[in-house]
Amino acid sequence: MHGFANPARFLRLARWLTPLLLFTGIVLTAASLAWGVFVAPADALQGETVRIVYLHGPTVWLGRGGWTARALASLTGLVWRHPLAAIAARAIAVPGAVFAALCLVTGSIWGRPAWGAWWVWDGRLTSMLVLLFLYLGYLALADAAQRDGAGASRVPAIFGLVGAVNIPIIHYSVLWWNSLHQPPSITMGKSAMAPEFLVPLLAATAGFSLLFGAVVLMRMRALLADQQAEARLRRKAFATSGAD
Amino acid sequence: MSGIKAKHQRLVLVLIALAALIAAALLAAWALRNQASYFYLPADLVARPPETGRAVRLGGMVQAGSLKTAPDGVTVHFVVGDGKARVPVTFTGIVPDLFKEGSGVVAEGRIAADGTFMADNLLAKHDEKYVPREMKDMTEAQAREAVKETS
Repeated sequence: MHGFANPARFLRLARWLTPLLLFTGIVLTAASLAWGVFVAPADALQGETVRIVYLHGPTVWLGRGGWTARALASLTGLVWRHPLAAIAARAIAVPGAVFAALCLVTGSIWGRPAWGAWWVWDGRLTSMLVLLFLYLGYLALADAAQRDGAGASRVPAIFGLVGAVNIPIIHYSVLWWNSLHQPPSITMGKSAMAPEFLVPLLAATAGFSLLFGAVVLMRMRALLADQQAEARLRRKAFATSGAD
Repeated sequence: MSGIKAKHQRLVLVLIALAALIAAALLAAWALRNQASYFYLPADLVARPPETGRAVRLGGMVQAGSLKTAPDGVTVHFVVGDGKARVPVTFTGIVPDLFKEGSGVVAEGRIAADGTFMADNLLAKHDEKYVPREMKDMTEAQAREAVKETS
């Protein structure tokens, strides 16, 4: 665990892992989406509309999973003070926010033909919208902390941990409260979805997850490079002012 | 030595804070259990009817054999049930594609004086099951057989 917290070792690992995740992710995502659109059958009730699940399902998973991973990084940063943890948390937040937004957009596009409404204020949709706002709030906080030179500030990390309370609420919203949104189709070890739908959905989810991982690694490398450049500039400024 | 101690102290503090937070969220969710529901079930509506004329939503299953179209062609009458109670509903307008007998529906409208639910809008509610179209016409036993053969 501590081995991965070393930035130099992380950079060596990320150098070959990033293109690997990126290319396998692109191939798997493209193949599974093509499978979902051209090969998978239509649903008995919903017909062809069901195909948007191959886009909607992975975005739900990554929107929520992104916040969980970001919260774990915040926890690691708060407790163990790992130098990479805060960088990982910031790096996950942007793709996480993008997937949460995509989840809301694809869900809305699906809702119009399936339910007859673009948007309803039921428990699931509302708690998912709150998650998007949490992402935006976290990004603003982390940016502000960075600008104020308090890069190691604990405020964004604490905010990120508190926001994790929303994750189980999103999951249970369809079980605790009557909602228009369906209950989960895939639960621990069980699926109410026929294998014809389930297999391409899982493949698309894996493909998008690989892409997500590649983007996170790229952003972490960029943030680390920024940090190094800033430190070098500061050293240089200090050296020149010392020479005068 | 003191570094290890500080680390453990932080871990315990964070865990206590998280436990308190989760407890608070669960209490809030528990308090919201009725208010945050998107619709009334027929049993709720019959047991604790809202005052007539107040806008509410009613959700349940469209009872098989209850769907009738009025002579004007755009008004439908049907019964929404949840296994415990049944509420008659009247709606004028275009129904959603997925609206059919034996399927879920959420009706937005108000209770009339005679106990009929006058809907202004219908939303179709589908469940978590996804089945290929080809399997729909098979009986349950045939479908199970087909799944066994292909998997």
